[in-house]
Amino acid sequence: MQLISLHPNDNVAVALCDLKAGQEVTLSDGRILTLLEDIDFGHKVAVRAIKQGEKVLKYGLPIGSATRDIEAGEHVHIQNMKSDYIWRPDR
Amino acid sequence: MTGYIRKDNRKGIRNVIVVTYLVECAHHVAEQIARQTDSEALPVHLIGFGGCAPNAYAQEIMERLCTHPNVGGVVIVSLGCENFLRNQLLEVVKESGREAALIVIQEEGGTQCSISKGVEAIKAMTPTVQAVPKVELHWQDLCIGTVCGGSDACSGITANPAVGRTFDRLVDAGATCIFEEPGELIGCEAMLRERGATKEVGQQLYDCIHKADVYYKKMGHDSFSQGNAEGGLTTIEEKSLGSYAKSGSRMINGLIRPGEIPPTNGLYMMDVVPDGEARWGFPNVSDTAEIVEMMASGCHTVLYTTGRGSVAGSAIAPVIKVCSNPITFEHLSEDMDINAGRIISEGATLEEIANELLKCIEQVADGQMTRSEALGHREFFLGYKEFCRK
Repeated sequence: MQLISLHPNDNVAVALCDLKAGQEVTLSDGRILTLLEDIDFGHKVAVRAIKQGEKVLKYGLPIGSATRDIEAGEHVHIQNMKSDYIWRPDR
Repeated sequence: MTGYIRKDNRKGIRNVIVVTYLVECAHHVAEQIARQTDSEALPVHLIGFGGCAPNAYAQEIMERLCTHPNVGGVVIVSLGCENFLRNQLLEVVKESGREAALIVIQEEGGTQCSISKGVEAIKAMTPTVQAVPKVELHWQDLCIGTVCGGSDACSGITANPAVGRTFDRLVDAGATCIFEEPGELIGCEAMLRERGATKEVGQQLYDCIHKADVYYKKMGHDSFSQGNAEGGLTTIEEKSLGSYAKSGSRMINGLIRPGEIPPTNGLYMMDVVPDGEARWGFPNVSDTAEIVEMMASGCHTVLYTTGRGSVAGSAIAPVIKVCSNPITFEHLSEDMDINAGRIISEGATLEEIANELLKCIEQVADGQMTRSEALGHREFFLGYKEFCRK
């Protein structure tokens, strides 16, 4: 297995080995995804298009938002997503 | 599953005698007593508290451990001048119906007399401890904890979510489950609040994460490192979710402090971060300290997820090692009970690993030794802390 999807609602999957740009990988639902960039072990790849401002979902839960439109097959990391985490100690 | 029923009606999955020292000065005597009496038929485990200054937290944890359902008898070894409340501990153990003996080295006349007296005390209590009645165990009799240690990039995608699935199944079957470490859940507070059984519980869960955030900042412990980003983690909430995955998805019945026994079955979170000023050092100096707190709150066994490969076990309660990384599993296979790395190497599903884990818990509860138990691991650590909440 090259990629793992941790929840059916996720829009990213995690590389289980170092993957190369141009490589075709099979998703858990049987779809074939062509990688647009190298994806290192442990890193995330978009399994469908993610719009700017849309939540990035892993474990079925938001882990931040896209800072620009992301295409399926792109590496999802600090260059195109950001944390939504704001601590509000007054609450 | 078959276990042991104690006079206080608590049910254990092991039947051990504990020798505990109440200050480092009494460590050697206690260790000799345990070493000379330990046997396969009746294991004698060594635990203890090293400090001389008094600490209500350590006192309570020790009282809980000495009346743990897996414990049938206790030999307390005191030097004599330390501040630990030895007579209170003795009374608590006696009141629970367990066999108990107190050795005060300064009163006995030194090392050798104290060791002999301790060995005799264990010989005297052995028949009673061995005669403890057996009883059928059901899931609702069991309390299961989880901790993670030596995590890696695999932990959040294999072992931790597999433990989460297992917790869901255990809670559904009526067991009690405890997860912990607010410091590793920073960013998950809003979700935790949603999962509280009541609004009040939800708010407590939320507030304890805030307390952890403040405490760790004072310790100079940053929550998100460059190494995390290199490993593929992008945000703090993503990192915490890897740890959070161990908690599964069920409603959280309450927040407990270490040593507090969950008042009902179901899922609980443990707040391991001391209350008040950050003056007690790191909330948990090692994974072993976390396991000790889990046991003090009644855990019969602890699911320990590891990626880098911890070999530690524990005194009193068996530890089930769930390895997240298939390469680590191959490398340290003698120390690992479950290979959650099969999710990566063989495409196993989380459900398959959860099934394996449930089967393993059942066998361990029924007496089968875990890897760390069979290898003789009996790590133990208890330090100083302070909690205001009762």
